[in-house]
Amino acid sequence: MKTSNSLWRDRLSGKLPEPLGEEIDNFESEIELRKQGKIEDKIFAETRLRRGAYGQRYDNGTRYDGEQTREIPYPPGKNTKGPGTVWDAPGMVRIKIPYGGLNPEQLEVLAELAEEYSDDIVHVTTRQDVQLHFVHIDDTPALMRRLAAVNITTREACGNSVRNVTGCPYAGVCKDQAFDVTPYAHALTQFLLGHPDVQNFGRKFKPTFSGCGQHACGLTAMHDAGYLAVTREVDGKTERGFKFYVGGGLGAVPHQAKVFDEFLPVEEMLPMIQAVARVFAKHGEKKNRNRARLKFLIKTWGMEKFKEEVLAERKKLTPDPRWTEYLDSVDTFEEKPSRPGGALPAMNGNERYNRWAKGNLREQRQDGYVTATVALPLGDLTANQTRALGDIVGKYTTGTIRATVEQNFVIRWVSKSDAAALFAELDAAGLAEPGAGTIVDIVSCPGTDTCKLGISSSRGLAAELRKRLIEKGAQLDQAIEDLHVKVSGCFNSCGQHHVSDIGFYGVNRIVQGYQVPHFQVVLGGEWENNGGSYGLPIVAIASKRIPDALDRISEFSLRERLANERFSAFMGRVGKAKARAVLDDLTKDAPSHDDDASFYSDWGDPREYSTGDIGKGECAGEVVTAYEFAMTSAERMVFDAQVSLDDGESQKAGEDGYAAMLKAAKALVQIEYDDVSEDSDEVVEEFKERFYDTKKFFDPYAGGKFANYLFTGHENAGRRFDVEAARHLLEESHLFIEAVHACYNRMRTAGLNHGASK
Amino acid sequence: MNIQHVNAKLFFDSPFEIGGPRVVGVFHDWVREQVFDEVLIDVADYRHVPNGPSLMIIGLEADYVVDDSDGRMGLLYNRKAGIDGSNVDRFKQAIDSAANAALLLKETLGDKAPMFSQTEFQWTVNDRAIAPNTPETFAAFTSDLVASATAILGHSEFTLKHHDDPRRLFSVTVSTIKSFDFAEIA
Repeated sequence: MKTSNSLWRDRLSGKLPEPLGEEIDNFESEIELRKQGKIEDKIFAETRLRRGAYGQRYDNGTRYDGEQTREIPYPPGKNTKGPGTVWDAPGMVRIKIPYGGLNPEQLEVLAELAEEYSDDIVHVTTRQDVQLHFVHIDDTPALMRRLAAVNITTREACGNSVRNVTGCPYAGVCKDQAFDVTPYAHALTQFLLGHPDVQNFGRKFKPTFSGCGQHACGLTAMHDAGYLAVTREVDGKTERGFKFYVGGGLGAVPHQAKVFDEFLPVEEMLPMIQAVARVFAKHGEKKNRNRARLKFLIKTWGMEKFKEEVLAERKKLTPDPRWTEYLDSVDTFEEKPSRPGGALPAMNGNERYNRWAKGNLREQRQDGYVTATVALPLGDLTANQTRALGDIVGKYTTGTIRATVEQNFVIRWVSKSDAAALFAELDAAGLAEPGAGTIVDIVSCPGTDTCKLGISSSRGLAAELRKRLIEKGAQLDQAIEDLHVKVSGCFNSCGQHHVSDIGFYGVNRIVQGYQVPHFQVVLGGEWENNGGSYGLPIVAIASKRIPDALDRISEFSLRERLANERFSAFMGRVGKAKARAVLDDLTKDAPSHDDDASFYSDWGDPREYSTGDIGKGECAGEVVTAYEFAMTSAERMVFDAQVSLDDGESQKAGEDGYAAMLKAAKALVQIEYDDVSEDSDEVVEEFKERFYDTKKFFDPYAGGKFANYLFTGHENAGRRFDVEAARHLLEESHLFIEAVHACYNRMRTAGLNHGASK
Repeated sequence: MNIQHVNAKLFFDSPFEIGGPRVVGVFHDWVREQVFDEVLIDVADYRHVPNGPSLMIIGLEADYVVDDSDGRMGLLYNRKAGIDGSNVDRFKQAIDSAANAALLLKETLGDKAPMFSQTEFQWTVNDRAIAPNTPETFAAFTSDLVASATAILGHSEFTLKHHDDPRRLFSVTVSTIKSFDFAEIA
């Protein structure tokens, strides 16, 4: 698209670090070959994904405009850049920032790229990546060359590969760390990037590093491979190692990582991940991508067998000098301050500074220094802000800044005596938002703004919640301020809603014949302890009522929590039924479309929320009533099952969760076949024949994945449920019920919901 | 030297409240109706970020932005695709497109529309490889800038101010004492 792309190729030729330069040349050739039709679109899609060039919403060439789904009038006759993906449709470029570490020179380039190829916005993700949106595929090689010139790569940022290696942004300066994990995260990044043993995965693979167990900075509990720094004393010497976790992950069905090794010596870090990668590549699911993450392999095998296989693979590996070479350079990662340490200025009359200092400054382990968090609204900053941030970091430190999984930046090694001056400069650049890590600092995935899978507007909701919370400002009780709120646009959990005190994820519902954006309210997750436990959904509420829901939950916890009780502990004590009761009326008495059409649109998007022109036929109305009645029962059953799980009755929870799926399946079957019995064999058989075999139930992206939850539950009827098994089944039950709603909505849209009998 | 990717910004002269749903709705309407010659794709909302591209229509060949960069709100036309013709053609095309959008915004919002400055506008070249922000670039394009501004304004009583921060995009503000009329330049 840019006419200057060849200028950058010529200008940077021979100046890029290898192999990055050669790889980008190859990618540019692949683009050309695809244009000539010499590479299949499916293959090109995976190729570009592994180069960090991702799809974006509407890249199939159509968009719902509030009235109907229309074609976007792209120039005709061009190739696709993947199945059903228009060549000219803008896409997203994901840029890997290992452990979030950046320097001013790199920030400068990111700013330039955001201006010239994107929409002037640099977006920080929940995995310490940077994303640029609305980029034309033709521009990506030039963009990648300019990144490579400052030692940044997009390689394997997407696709079935090892994603960005994340790490604690306080590593090296944190008071609670066992040791600085930075050199190890760096070594793992370099070792795995392009390694032949990580090229044949069925799905992505996400590693992370944390310096301690109690904070959330590394989130080791929810990664495929989590390294938690630990030390031990042997013969009077301190040895470094990692408590090594595997098989964690959020996604639709979250899994807590399991401990593979209580103490993995640093010398074994690289060979062991190589062995894990080889086992995953060899035995991980390849055909069904919905069960292809490492967590499913471990679930199927059990940890004992998985560990046996990995250790056996480890023994077979040919020694690689890189396994330990990096250990010689560990000390070189030690950062130095650029200015002498000092003391924080006394809190003065500047209330804005005082608020910012209270929430955004954190003591370093080194006397005289603090870290300063730059809180980014929704993870966004402009190109000009990015440049200004680089200048500020360069002025006050040796260039030490890291992105965080809360979509912020942390400036490290700020002399305490510079804190007020730093604040003033950040403030001038619009980067001195207070309340980092508090309820105002809401995390959100891209949602319907740009993500192809988004169901509801997570960013729209997050922006609205943030605006309202800022207006309340200093009136917020400390207990409320301390809550973490995270929003995802769908069940896939990119906003990490499972590990927040209060999480939301997007779903849709039919209300009075119209589709209405909703969010499931997820309560009781734990952000601390590296994302130590996951919350569960309790009820779906219309998007426009979520601000009220947040108020209700906040006030409820303020009213009933014990002194110093954390929200997750509070939820565990009072139970979800009580929490749900305070939200119950928000699920009722929706305004009619005539009275309040805004209820039927999403936050920040005035288009009527719908994927089609839904009619309100009287015949359908009768079916809707029966269907909705049954689905309400199914939802209640799964909720009751969660309460049973909370009460320690895992067997009952598992059985009721399956029964809820059966109920939802029957609700769908009854639309076509009124006389279906209560017999589970018949319900499942009819469901399979009418909705699975015909692919009516198939989600455009997930295919028949959710139906398999029902089939597996049916096959395993009568099984024993421990807590983990019941929890997984309840997650699956939720997803199946959502998929029934989605299927029903699609059928209504397509006018297929006429009653039929066998 | 061939210039490409010329942006034009028409400044608002009065404070303009972009917080409500009104302008977002207008932008969605424009996408639905494909009101310009370029392909319009979607609306991006960055009103939560200060001094930035508050609200954008993302297009294939160009974006239309209510832009608050540097604390000066205005309507920005951001040209992404290359255009045939001379440099003067490209400078004029950017202003024409921005003015066209400004007129449409005024027409749609009526008395709720922002007041546009009638004495000032800005050109930016959104490409550092083609137009590094140096005195040499300004010197190389001055005659084209003067010819373009003269053609747009219909007179030569204006000044060009080059914003010379070398890290920023090449940018020039045109100021005139005589008011100009969008309807005539669009």
